[in-house]
Amino acid sequence: MSTYTDKIRETAQRLLKECKVEMVIGFRKGSQPMMNEPCVVRSPEEVDQLIWDSNCGINLANYLTNRKEKIGIVAKGCDSRNIVTHIVENKIAREQLVIIGVPCLGMIDKRKIAAAADGEILSVTEADGQVMVKTAQATQTFAKSDVLQGNCSVCTHRNPVIHDEMIAEPVPEQTDVDPYADVAEIDAMTPEQRHAFFEELLAPCIRCYACRNACPLCYCPTCFVDESKPQWVGKGQDPADVRTFHFLRAYHCAGRCTDCGACQRACPVGINMRLLTKKLNKDCLELYGWEAGLSTETRPALDDYQPNDPENFIH
Amino acid sequence: MPASTYAKTGRTPLREELVENPYLPYPVRIDDIVVESEDRNLKTFKFVFLNPDEEAKFAYKAGQFAELSIAGVGEIPIGIASSPVEKGFIKFTINKAGLVTSHLHNMKVGDIMGVRGPLGNWYPWETLEGKNILIVGGGFAFTTLRSSIIYLLDPANRKKFKNITVVYGARSPGMLLYKDELIAWEKRDDIDMHITVDGTSDPSWKYNVGFVPPITEQKAPQGDADSYAIVCGPPIMIKFTQPVLEKLGYDHDHIILSLENRMKCGIGMCGRCGIGRELVCKDGPVFTLAQINRTPREY
Amino acid sequence: MKVIKIEKSQWSQGLDNLRDAFRLFGPVIEKGFYDYRELAAGQAPDLSFQNTRLSPKSLVFPQSETMLNYSLDPADPERNIMKEAPKDYAPRAVIGLRPCDAKAMVLVKMNFDTEEYQDPYWLNLYNATTFVGLACDAPCGTCFCTSAGCGPYHEEGLDVLLTDRDDHYLAKALTDKGAQLLEKAGWTQAADADTIIEKAKQAAEAKVTSKIETDGLRAADTMALYNAGFWDDVAFACINCGTCTFSCPTCWCFDIQDEAYRTKGVRMRNWDSCMFPIFTVHTTGHNPRDTKTQRVRQRFMHKLKYFVDKYDQGIMCVGCGRCVRQCPVNIDIRKVSALMNALSVQARCAV
Repeated sequence: MSTYTDKIRETAQRLLKECKVEMVIGFRKGSQPMMNEPCVVRSPEEVDQLIWDSNCGINLANYLTNRKEKIGIVAKGCDSRNIVTHIVENKIAREQLVIIGVPCLGMIDKRKIAAAADGEILSVTEADGQVMVKTAQATQTFAKSDVLQGNCSVCTHRNPVIHDEMIAEPVPEQTDVDPYADVAEIDAMTPEQRHAFFEELLAPCIRCYACRNACPLCYCPTCFVDESKPQWVGKGQDPADVRTFHFLRAYHCAGRCTDCGACQRACPVGINMRLLTKKLNKDCLELYGWEAGLSTETRPALDDYQPNDPENFIH
Repeated sequence: MPASTYAKTGRTPLREELVENPYLPYPVRIDDIVVESEDRNLKTFKFVFLNPDEEAKFAYKAGQFAELSIAGVGEIPIGIASSPVEKGFIKFTINKAGLVTSHLHNMKVGDIMGVRGPLGNWYPWETLEGKNILIVGGGFAFTTLRSSIIYLLDPANRKKFKNITVVYGARSPGMLLYKDELIAWEKRDDIDMHITVDGTSDPSWKYNVGFVPPITEQKAPQGDADSYAIVCGPPIMIKFTQPVLEKLGYDHDHIILSLENRMKCGIGMCGRCGIGRELVCKDGPVFTLAQINRTPREY
Repeated sequence: MKVIKIEKSQWSQGLDNLRDAFRLFGPVIEKGFYDYRELAAGQAPDLSFQNTRLSPKSLVFPQSETMLNYSLDPADPERNIMKEAPKDYAPRAVIGLRPCDAKAMVLVKMNFDTEEYQDPYWLNLYNATTFVGLACDAPCGTCFCTSAGCGPYHEEGLDVLLTDRDDHYLAKALTDKGAQLLEKAGWTQAADADTIIEKAKQAAEAKVTSKIETDGLRAADTMALYNAGFWDDVAFACINCGTCTFSCPTCWCFDIQDEAYRTKGVRMRNWDSCMFPIFTVHTTGHNPRDTKTQRVRQRFMHKLKYFVDKYDQGIMCVGCGRCVRQCPVNIDIRKVSALMNALSVQARCAV
């Protein structure tokens, strides 16, 4: 991973020196184990801040929305797909971007590690597919594949789909994974079971909107939950209002979500709201053969009509 | 254990009985509605308290505001347009803009709603006694200035103050508030009125034409240690009036402004209207320019 | 100061004794996270926690609370007239509050209990509650309470401070309320343990190695800090979610909303956050804090400067570290305070 860091710095420095970009968006080392901070560097002298490791899970496409500058951006597979979506949805122009592609081996899930660690975590390091966790009591080693974020463990687009620079050779894509196994489980439930499942899933929500705000798709100038004329949804903690927020947000992401996992990662109370968006991703794939953010040339499934579009789900 | 043993813990005993619930509005009945402006976006509502003793509790000073409260809709902070010397009712002039004000504009005489207040501070009448007062107002922000003028012109009060000069402007003659009163004040010799409009095609318009800042520059008296200016209007008017007043010799601590910010509680608790350490609802809305200079201009 | 020894064998019996007089609240673990909940009959608080994920502020300041209610029924002569919502202010006790969170209540009280106005909802709940604190012998790496006017054995805001001594607790009664609670529980065995507690306190304080730098903030010029050059860099990563403010024990901002269904309605308040653009937007669309940088700056300036200036009681932060641990993009108040503090040295007030 340190070679990734070196290559990112080298590339960012060159792009800034040659005035190819005004700024480079990437990550800098966080103050907490397993946390990095999205940052922007604007001069070649600042590039030493930039780093790469398995804690760069925040989706950087989120920081591109409506920017006017010429920007270099570090992009793993999912970030690149959201950059594509941003370009398709006119939130940024392709010409503004120099995309520094990072072949990704997955991000680690800090909650999984915290749950498995024996005591408070002091530091986390990684090497050769292993994650070493140091606590006051012990040092534990985990296989990285066992502690990946849920979305990363089933990711089939680890390599950037769009890039101007690549900081390493592409990594092999995962082919033996079933991205929708968890959705199938919910599909198999009775309506009552499903109702109870979602009730429990969303019960801890505090409506901080971290999921929405971490999501590159959620760039509406005023989110529907914030509208007052008309007011679509109540602002309190009534479960009906909390669910309305999550369900409607998921629908707003239909055919656009790349399952980057930023929502789940950002949630302070550990809700896996990806289960909602993934169901819609699965529908888009099965009904329209559509996966979001793979090409700037094709219109998204819900933005396009074909005479042979299936319609048997319309009742 | 004696209570004093615990003095250092900070859990000071609370007041045995909390005073009134500051969030509970007084019920009022809409007694009268007057359309003020030609675009019909400004209406003056006259309210009468359902419980007469609550009118006494609502003792206010010119410059304060209240939360107008409509059940099922919400609340809106509005400057009080009636004057403390007017008894038996309170008045508010309301611009139809958001959720609550739009609803209010559709309400009728006889409808019941609520009023919470009076809230905030007021123009510093104690300081202003014995001084010359210049009042500069623009658009529909003239409400608390009307309250102030009625207060100043009250026979019991007028002699406490020196010269009173008013510059008030609106986009057009039809957008001026309280026209009957403006004309009556214009005729008096104990107040120097300068009414102006941005423009008009009315050939019979006999007052000023021009924006408030230049009219102020032409008509307002020089500032000195004995003179204060009260300014209330849209941000753009305030911005261009400030250099005019400086030129006329008004010190920053003699320029008094009334600010607006988004508010909810009106009593300094909900946190949103802060400008630095000051809360517009409770520490304001009235500030001197000198005070505002020391605080972030987040209004 | 009276100290009582509570054998752990007497613990659950004592709690049961309290249930006649108090509704009990305490930390419990749910799906791997600790939070405060009302304790069911026979349920003991789980005191093996470091600290809870969310602060206990919701015990006196619920995220969503009905303030007033009213009828909208045209046939009701009282329609459209607001009434105080009925409330249950029967005595409550929180068992196992960390000292930082208790100190936070004291700071928040400054906002809700003022000379001119008293917030009845917050104060009545606060007043109805007896706070039984649990000293921290194993602070988190992100705890910086000792440099935030607080500490692992800090007593401010508590009625009782418990110290865990393996097979027993030492309970220090700090107020009459606290002494009464201990008595009601039947915990009466006096202990001469001041030295033991003092030693444990020193040991715990030594474990809090993380610090926040604030010494220059009070004397600093407000506008110099406000206009500092570092805010854009501090704010870049921020996604403007409300996690920091909602998890913070000292953040008190709220929104007021009306909700009506058919002929009945309520006026309620909900937590709000200075991170949200809608918090300050005017009806005209003008927003005094329109940009992310302005909102991030507001949060830190409020906690570390405006509050300091307004009350002269230190910073509006108790060092619990929740915002540091939970920020999805790792914005760290300690780093921001260090930047502000460093600038403060150069930016003393002119006066």
